[in-house]
Amino acid sequence: MKDDIILTMRGICKSFPGVRALNNVDFTLRRGKIHALMGENGAGKSTLIKVLTGVYSMDGGEIRIEGHDSPIIIRSPQEAQNYGISTVYQEISLCPNLTVAENLYIGRDTSSTVDWKTREKKAGELLEGLGIPARPRQQLGSISLAVQQMVAIARAVDTDCKVLILDEPTSSLDDNEVEMLFRLMRDLKTRGVGIVFVTHFLEQVYEVSDQITVLRNGELVGEYEVDKLPQVELVSKMIGKTLDELSTIKNKKAPSGEAEVLYEAEELSSTESKKFDFHIDKGEVNGFTGLLGSGRSESVRAIFGADQVTGGIIRIHGKKVQITKPIDAMKNGIGYLPEDRKRDGIIADLSVRDNIILALQVLRGMGHPISRQNADAFADEYIKALNIKTASRETPVGSLSGGNQQKVILARWLLTHPEYLILDEPTRGIDVGTKAEIQRLVLKLAEEGVSVTFISSEIEEMLRTCSRLIVMRDRNIVGELTGADLTQERVMSTIVGRGDDHE
Amino acid sequence: MTMNKKITTKNFFTNNSQLLVPLIAILLLLIFNLIRDPSFFSIGVATNNNGDPVLQGNLISILNGASELVVISMGMTLVTAASGGQDISVGALAAIAGSVFVKVIKSGGTISPALVLGAFLLCSLVAMIFGCFNGMLVSAFGIQPMIATLILFTCGRSIAYWINGGATPTVSSPIITAVGSFIPGVPVPTPILIVILMAIFFGLLFRFTTLNLYIQTVGINQNASRLNGIHVAGIKLLAFILLGLCCAVAGVIGVSRLSLINHETILLNIEMDAILAVAIGGNNLGGGKFKMLGSVLGAYAIQALTITLYAMKVPSTDVKAYKAIVIVLLVVLGSPVVKEAMARIRRKLRGRRSTALAKEV
Amino acid sequence: MDEKGLDISRRHREPITDTQLLLTITICIFVCMYVAAILIWGGGFKKPQMLFDILNDNAYLVIISCGLTIVMITGSIDISVAGVTALVAMTGVMILNGSMPFFSVLQASLGLADSSRIVFAALMALLIGLLFGLVQGYLIAYLEIQPFIITLAGMFFARGMITILSVDPQKAPQALLDILQKRIEINWLGSPNKNGVIIPARMEVGVVIAILIVILVFCMLRKMRIGRSFYAVGGNRQSALMLGLNVRKTRFMAHLFCGILSGIAGFVFMMHTGAGNATNATAGEMNAIASSIIGGTLLTGGVGNVIGTFFGVLTLSTIKAIVTTSGLRDPWWQSITTGAMLCLFILLQSVILMRRHRNKH
Repeated sequence: MKDDIILTMRGICKSFPGVRALNNVDFTLRRGKIHALMGENGAGKSTLIKVLTGVYSMDGGEIRIEGHDSPIIIRSPQEAQNYGISTVYQEISLCPNLTVAENLYIGRDTSSTVDWKTREKKAGELLEGLGIPARPRQQLGSISLAVQQMVAIARAVDTDCKVLILDEPTSSLDDNEVEMLFRLMRDLKTRGVGIVFVTHFLEQVYEVSDQITVLRNGELVGEYEVDKLPQVELVSKMIGKTLDELSTIKNKKAPSGEAEVLYEAEELSSTESKKFDFHIDKGEVNGFTGLLGSGRSESVRAIFGADQVTGGIIRIHGKKVQITKPIDAMKNGIGYLPEDRKRDGIIADLSVRDNIILALQVLRGMGHPISRQNADAFADEYIKALNIKTASRETPVGSLSGGNQQKVILARWLLTHPEYLILDEPTRGIDVGTKAEIQRLVLKLAEEGVSVTFISSEIEEMLRTCSRLIVMRDRNIVGELTGADLTQERVMSTIVGRGDDHE
Repeated sequence: MTMNKKITTKNFFTNNSQLLVPLIAILLLLIFNLIRDPSFFSIGVATNNNGDPVLQGNLISILNGASELVVISMGMTLVTAASGGQDISVGALAAIAGSVFVKVIKSGGTISPALVLGAFLLCSLVAMIFGCFNGMLVSAFGIQPMIATLILFTCGRSIAYWINGGATPTVSSPIITAVGSFIPGVPVPTPILIVILMAIFFGLLFRFTTLNLYIQTVGINQNASRLNGIHVAGIKLLAFILLGLCCAVAGVIGVSRLSLINHETILLNIEMDAILAVAIGGNNLGGGKFKMLGSVLGAYAIQALTITLYAMKVPSTDVKAYKAIVIVLLVVLGSPVVKEAMARIRRKLRGRRSTALAKEV
Repeated sequence: MDEKGLDISRRHREPITDTQLLLTITICIFVCMYVAAILIWGGGFKKPQMLFDILNDNAYLVIISCGLTIVMITGSIDISVAGVTALVAMTGVMILNGSMPFFSVLQASLGLADSSRIVFAALMALLIGLLFGLVQGYLIAYLEIQPFIITLAGMFFARGMITILSVDPQKAPQALLDILQKRIEINWLGSPNKNGVIIPARMEVGVVIAILIVILVFCMLRKMRIGRSFYAVGGNRQSALMLGLNVRKTRFMAHLFCGILSGIAGFVFMMHTGAGNATNATAGEMNAIASSIIGGTLLTGGVGNVIGTFFGVLTLSTIKAIVTTSGLRDPWWQSITTGAMLCLFILLQSVILMRRHRNKH
């Protein structure tokens, strides 16, 4: 049994400024097994993978791999490959402008000329052997993402890898493509490759995996055999209880049915989301829940007009309005804190001040700049109010820690005094103290009459702050929970889709 | 209190560190000239043909001669910041604007101030329309700025040629001379005054609109800009239109200096100098944060270098070679790799010193 | 009977790649244009000599465009190419007419005939090209400085050096020119003149060199490991790094090749004109960029083909020839039609690639 282990990671620690990304995490991979690595955003999955592939250096712990007696140190992706650890990322790291065969062999050949004939023949045999439906001479960019992914896997396999890491390989694939990928994974299994499978789709985990390791908040929750862990239990391990220091926060308000409806959407849809109905009362805090990829973020993006809106009727204060792009939403008193802070939120090189006043400035229009004095005053006010830790208001926001960046974006929207605030994962990847602050702030806003839609990967957090939860699965709304139904068990069983009768 | 002050002065330097390179370049050039020939700095008052007193001297000719470059660099800074690319058609655009200017004046009979003003407005409009064309290619079709503006670069000067029917007409009039050299009674060359006017124009634009903030925001993060309600394509377009205006102003200065339009030689190769000015001014050619003052200083540094070389009796045709060497030195010093290496060496030295100290103790 | 592998490769005709698509469009447009020219304007276009004249005049442009295509495939740019070409031509001519003392002394001390100067000139051409490639490549690839700025400085340096070498135009001695300008006569492609005597088609040696280079570069891009690395680095630098390629070295090599080819182009240019002049190959860099773009190379990198570039040069020069023969003798028409053509190609490419990109989602 012991001989089957090909990779062990023990006591892995990794910190970033302000966040403890991994705390004493263990991970074990066995020959010919598919090992799922599960956890919500900020749980530390990707950090663990990056430590293993040499993208990050670890602060503590040791990695052992079969064939080496002493612990190994991995300094770069190249070194990881030399140890037999190959990774296939969600964003494909192949060259789309080259052919399939070239992508398989470029960077590995030793002769200075390219023998296209033998290369294509070898590629053809490799692809055929693995049952990958790609032809060697096709341009990589012209084939589907799923097949591109399989080509990347083929390349990894051909380099004699022992450990194959698949980082969210299925997130942009349809059912047939996923099936193709699974067939390939099972095939590799029989060849003795150990596969680390990172995903957030529960069904897929149960379909192919042998073991599951669950991480939460950078800590190891445990390692389980798939057949001994029911789905509901897995969900509860992923998003279940959190730290006690937050337990004082509680939304006491129950939806009374008397409050005025602030925002109402009928059959709203965008290029990224399916049709859905939604409404929120004045001063209500509600939430979209569901696992990653369930369409929760896409739904709120549609409300804000962040993706191209394709249809639907929207009423605010009962009056019909048109919201097709972000500026429309902003003019109607809606604010949106995006899920991906780096990509969609901060303007990294600009100062904290400029980042704070940006939304208000846009609302006031190009011809009415906020005076330097006022801007400074606004910035100082919110730096103080939200307790933003920054050297000065002139500091580029990119140099702040994640939590403080998030607070800057919050400040940006609070400054516009929105009637309706959408917060998509405001607590992702930030420390516990800041999380509590943000949750308290949400409740305070609600008391002041602001409506808030809150999305979080941690169910506890949502149960505390929201008085109504909308549950999503596979891009559809599958349930709406209020009052007494707002319990962890209820939410999880709705997510999994089994009603109350969990066996 | 003193703490506070310290922080603000420190902030000033960290915030404006990008201005250091062009400032140092200008300073070094001036010091070099001071050692070489102190009379380089003499500013005299001479009398011109009309009997008016005018300022003369190397410093004045640096300020005067750089005018067109400074004006175009201002616009180039905006385009670079917003689109992350450069417009190489500015010289051609200035030629078109200059030709329109001359055409209108030629067709208007007697040359009156109103006619000159009208001609300026019309040529600005034309240049802004061409700027708009460039901007559309960049913002709507997503073509790289250099490629998009290659079109106008190729045929712009020919369009200028065509506007005036292939001739190089002269427009001699006291009014044009006043624009190109001196206004009677004012000893400062008019182009310098025009540059000041343009600086005030952009100063007011930045003061009374949010253009500065928007352009930087768009240049740094397009996604976030859109999600904060900024019209990304519109801002890029605006930057190109403003550059068109700058080209028109530069074109009019260029025409007025010589009182004629020569579509082939007017502001030749100025696109290269303008891009250089932006780069020497410490602005990232990949877009994002910018300081227009940096580009302006960069433009003056380029002109100071040119005038210094002239003063050293280097033939005007050879100036380019020396300029190239200075440019390479500047960008090598400014390159992130070199900066990092220098920081590493400094750290090592400091480390050695501290260990040495520790040993002594 | 069929072997399975063969069967597959026969049955599946691969959808064409971006490179092939853009290449096909270019060749089609060139052929259509040339046939239209023959049908509409007849005259000179009917004679094969017209095509040879176009080739003779533009052999150097073909060579620098090849170099530029390599650089553009890696996602970089080089605007010093024409400057280097002109510098090499000037140096070569001065070696030939003996105004470079060093080489005259060398020749005398070795007791060689005058024709040995041709060898010196050729070696010097390669050396200058190599030096430019080395320095620019190092600064761009290893110090990570913007290629635009570095090669702009390279252009300034080269152009400045020309006038430092000689302000006056230089001419090569006729005796040596006779050797250099030997033409290849092709009788069967000849056409009768007014008196009915068959004048054979004449092609310069430079054209043969240019075509050889096109073939060599084509083979390198297709068959050599380094050639494929150019595409990979241009397609996605991050991916190339992950695939285990040495990105820095690859970018360095691209600039090195480009420099050497510019040197060779300079020699070919000198063979064609036999004269050195400060205005040699003016705006050649932009013509080369335009040719590469028309030939289907994307400035964003990763897509391109030298065969396309070859046809790009032919297309550009044929437009000019058509404009000239169609009676629009004014030079502005050339660049206006070139600009319009360029605009068409750029828009076409952007629309095609945009649509392809959208279909994938």
